[in-house]
Amino acid sequence: MDGSSIGGAEPAVEVHNLVKRFKEVEAVKGIDLTVRAGETFGFLGPNGAGKSTTIKILCTLADATSGTAKVAGYDVARDRDAVRRSIGLVFQEPTLDSYLTADQNLRFHGELYGVDRHTAAARRKDVLEMVGLYDRKDHLVQTFSGGMRRRLEIARGLLHSPKVLFLDEPTIGLDPQTRASIWQYIGELHKTEEITVFVTTHYMDEAENCDRIAIIDQGRIVALDTPEKLKAGVGKDRVQISTADDTAAIAALKEKFSLDAKMVEGLVTISVPEGAAFIPQLFEKLGIAIKSVTVQRPTLDDVFLNFTGTSLRDAEQKGSNFNPRAAAFRR
Amino acid sequence: MAQASIASVVVPKGGLAHEARAALIVWSRELIRFRRDPTRVASSVVQPLLFLFVLGGGLSALVQAGTGGIDFKTFLFPGVLSMSVLFSAAFAGISMVWDREFGFLREMLVAPVSTAAILIGKCLGGASVATLQSVVVILLAGLVGVPYDPVMIVELLILLFIMSFMITALGLLLAGRVKQVQSAMPLVQMIITPLMFLSGALFPLSRLPAWLTIVTHINPMTYAVEPVRAVVFDRLTMPAEARAILDPGIWWGSFQVPVLMQVGLVILASLILLFAAVKLFNRTE
Repeated sequence: MDGSSIGGAEPAVEVHNLVKRFKEVEAVKGIDLTVRAGETFGFLGPNGAGKSTTIKILCTLADATSGTAKVAGYDVARDRDAVRRSIGLVFQEPTLDSYLTADQNLRFHGELYGVDRHTAAARRKDVLEMVGLYDRKDHLVQTFSGGMRRRLEIARGLLHSPKVLFLDEPTIGLDPQTRASIWQYIGELHKTEEITVFVTTHYMDEAENCDRIAIIDQGRIVALDTPEKLKAGVGKDRVQISTADDTAAIAALKEKFSLDAKMVEGLVTISVPEGAAFIPQLFEKLGIAIKSVTVQRPTLDDVFLNFTGTSLRDAEQKGSNFNPRAAAFRR
Repeated sequence: MAQASIASVVVPKGGLAHEARAALIVWSRELIRFRRDPTRVASSVVQPLLFLFVLGGGLSALVQAGTGGIDFKTFLFPGVLSMSVLFSAAFAGISMVWDREFGFLREMLVAPVSTAAILIGKCLGGASVATLQSVVVILLAGLVGVPYDPVMIVELLILLFIMSFMITALGLLLAGRVKQVQSAMPLVQMIITPLMFLSGALFPLSRLPAWLTIVTHINPMTYAVEPVRAVVFDRLTMPAEARAILDPGIWWGSFQVPVLMQVGLVILASLILLFAAVKLFNRTE
């Protein structure tokens, strides 16, 4: 029983000035972060921002170039096996044996982690029930859909009662319904387990489910707080207009309102404190035909835009910070 | 919901017992996968049959004069037995390339156990599967004039197990270097075929040119095949001169390498290959 308790105020993850350099690129440029025991911590950023590299270091799958990292109180470089015993891992890529049944995959994992034999069977049943796969336990994994496989991987990651569960893009490539159900399982976890969840994602809407999030861009953490505080920090609404002449509209906004407009996802985008009150002035003074207007309360995407100067989707499409070595490393 | 009653498990600190459990489950996975794959079982039987009855049958008339009156198929029997384990053991080792491709290798390598435990489990699995397959060939002994001596069969199974352990370790070593699934099988063919031809499995090594004799002495398969042949020939009644032609033993100059020493050399080679494979897998992941 005591085996799963996390000593008092000890953080689940503690990172100091972590750097990872590949031959010619610095993928992680000195990050600091602390994840509290018991929280769901979101690690957000576009592909190639250094998310996967960081998570690999925390999971003892890669060595840091410099800096320190502790997981569940153990140093990842010096106490590798102790870290491995304390963490559960769900990778982006599948790591199941599809020629084994669901239950056999779990059994394999339990033996590999040396899970106590008396409780192992009960635990297998519990985790399979948690993800709704108990009735399929004797089916071969090759008959499972992508969503079922991901659920099974989550169940397997929980099998050895880890203190910290790492989920690297757990919903990537899944349909919206399955994505929602995965987040539901993650949310319910805290009811039954004393566990810290560290999750990376590049879906902003999913990050809303986290207690706190860190935004990473080009190897640096640019923001770290609760989603609410981050959004409140933006302090502005996002107004997006489509006009007859976007270039002229951007110039007019600068001239008449002294606002710096950006093209975001094909729309002229401005940030203003009171979006709704601003619209009438806009129609009155802009002098260019406006085809459509939307006003949005700040979202995490605005937070991202605010800190990095680009929207997440644009950052990914541009691929300017795509790092081929890190991409190869991800495999 | 009975949420409070959820089973919580404790993961113990490492130790030999834990390493053994890890090796054992990797071993049992190989057996489960073998059982689920009837084509692999069937195909592993066909090739030895072809060699024994088609090649052996075809050549026996041709070489009769040179074998001291012994059926060439009888000579070939221990060689075909060795061959049958050679290919399936090599395949078991190289299958790690597929484990990497489908991600399962990572599941194994991130566990809090040593890489050695995992690779030992894999070698035991490959050796078990290969030895099981060889039973089919052993059952054919009667057809080529080899008696069903229970002691001989036990000795054969032990020798074949050791041989296939070594070959699985070799396969693992190759799998540590090859990352492409497409190049895995051609590479196995390229390595295994010369090992087989230069091991004395298919013809006596006594009549090879001197430079090839050196190669056969470096080939660890030579020391794995010869004990198998010795065990079979010990049960046959044949003139001493026929035995001298067909089973001359292994000579380092004027020193005849004893059978037990050959077995020792095979075990040594297995450990060296295994050690090299562990080094390689520790580094690449």
